[in-house]
Amino acid sequence: MPISIDDVSHIATLARLGLSDERAAAVVGELNTILGHMDALSTVNTEGVQEAIGVGARGTPVRSDSGPPLPLARALAAFAPSLRDGFLLVPRLSSHESVDDA
Amino acid sequence: MSTPSPSAATLRDETVAGTRGPPAAVEAAIERSRAVGAGRAGLNIFAWTDDDDARSHAAAALEQMSDTDPGLLLGVPVALKDNIATLALPTSCGSRILAGYVSPYEATVVRKLREAGAIPFGKTNMDEFAMGSSTEYSAYGPTRNPLAHDRVPGGSSGGSAAAVAAGIVPIALGSETGGSVRQPAAFCGIVGVKPTYGRVSRFGLVAFASSLDQIGVFGATVDDAARGLRVIAGYDWLDSTSAELDVPEYHEAGAGAVKGMVIGRPTEYFPESLDPRISARCDAALERLRALGAEIRDVSLPHTEMAIPVYYIVAPAEASSNLARFDGVRYGLRIEGDGLRGMYEATRSQGFGAEVTRRILLGTYVLSAGYYDAYYRKAQQVRTLIAADFSRVFASGVDVLFTPTAPTTAFPIGAISDPYEMYLSDIFTVTANLAGVPAMSQPIGRVDGLPVGGQFIAAHFDEMKMFTAAYALERALGAEARA
Repeated sequence: MPISIDDVSHIATLARLGLSDERAAAVVGELNTILGHMDALSTVNTEGVQEAIGVGARGTPVRSDSGPPLPLARALAAFAPSLRDGFLLVPRLSSHESVDDA
Repeated sequence: MSTPSPSAATLRDETVAGTRGPPAAVEAAIERSRAVGAGRAGLNIFAWTDDDDARSHAAAALEQMSDTDPGLLLGVPVALKDNIATLALPTSCGSRILAGYVSPYEATVVRKLREAGAIPFGKTNMDEFAMGSSTEYSAYGPTRNPLAHDRVPGGSSGGSAAAVAAGIVPIALGSETGGSVRQPAAFCGIVGVKPTYGRVSRFGLVAFASSLDQIGVFGATVDDAARGLRVIAGYDWLDSTSAELDVPEYHEAGAGAVKGMVIGRPTEYFPESLDPRISARCDAALERLRALGAEIRDVSLPHTEMAIPVYYIVAPAEASSNLARFDGVRYGLRIEGDGLRGMYEATRSQGFGAEVTRRILLGTYVLSAGYYDAYYRKAQQVRTLIAADFSRVFASGVDVLFTPTAPTTAFPIGAISDPYEMYLSDIFTVTANLAGVPAMSQPIGRVDGLPVGGQFIAAHFDEMKMFTAAYALERALGAEARA
């Protein structure tokens, strides 16, 4: 079933991408063309075939998921868009009061 | 008068002998950059350069000259793709969303290069977040092919390929997700290597598709590429997918011979639709290998034609997840919008270019409820079959495979506007990424004056066989490889 403009709006919301109406309309055509080529996969018999996981992986030892934090060459303040008291600042959710009231 | 860079071996030997120091090597690279017009208005090879940064690395290399065991790349300038983290120069992935971003840590491969005496030299232009096959999809404009300025250098590591092809550096690093080192190597008439998945640490490589990504090496010659890989390969605690296996001396593979080696010619890589002139170049190369005593055997990898559909489901799916981190909160671009969601959407929409947006949407779609089984799960099952094709062929006694690297030579800038047509540039390279096996491209002649690449593919961690065949073919072809 071809992708519709509603599908594109839905996945753009999931992907946190704002699309203009003009761009969204163009994306409908682009994705339908690309996905049309993907339909070739349906001709392959994959009954009983495992999904690929770690193709050819070997020599990768299980290790503890721990260790000292990597020392950073520069502090968070050097690259964070907005920072206060060591915390990253973001706009409030619309369900909350304005940040100016905090 | 500017001349192309000497080989990595020559630079290192002259540095050790004291006839050329690292500072002189850097000044020569800077002069060569100017002479070939590597800047934004010219070939547009680099996204970021800082001559003083390169000079400071040269000074550090100078300190290593008295070491009892000098590094393998002592005094060798090496260019780095703009998605490999460096401490001084920005790491922006060719994207507006990371313009000017400077990493607070360094990639493991960069540390290894420095420890081997190499001189990091500039960050090279690339398709945004490594999504592309032409280096036209960069926020900093397209890179031009040094051999034909109206044509693309291939992609996504086109800047690194161009830096080597223009003679600025003998070695450059790129990254491979579906052929982004091998295809530009083919288009620029140089050597490009994608190691086995796990062979090289990806710590500090900005992630695109984590089950496929691998850092690769460009070299002006097979030996340059072999030395580069020898230095950057090996286990790294900071990358849980890196393999704890010994690293062979790849640059010693030139002493090996192909006599008795079985070289497979997969029929699916030589379709009737392939440009007969490219096919003829490949068969001429195979004849040279046969004359050296190799057995050439026709083989079949029956699921090859499914590789593009599989790749363009798996890679965008993983990209949609990996690129979720670029949202204006922790680093990079922030565009204010209506509340938190408005900020996310404004930042990502204005920060990402058209191809990255397209792939994020595609990936989000194939992972979304109701479509996962039909697309992502199905693609991962067919990927298993593609990997099994390789395993079966190598288990049958084939040492390496030989194929064309790309179905065309370098195409004109702006010639391909259809996304799927662009994706088909990767038709002979994505299979190695999907299966995790090593592969490399090297020049095997020209068609209409443009380079043609031949590709060797080996079994997991069998890079030595691949290099042995590549050294032998390079020697056998001699000047024909670039004629």
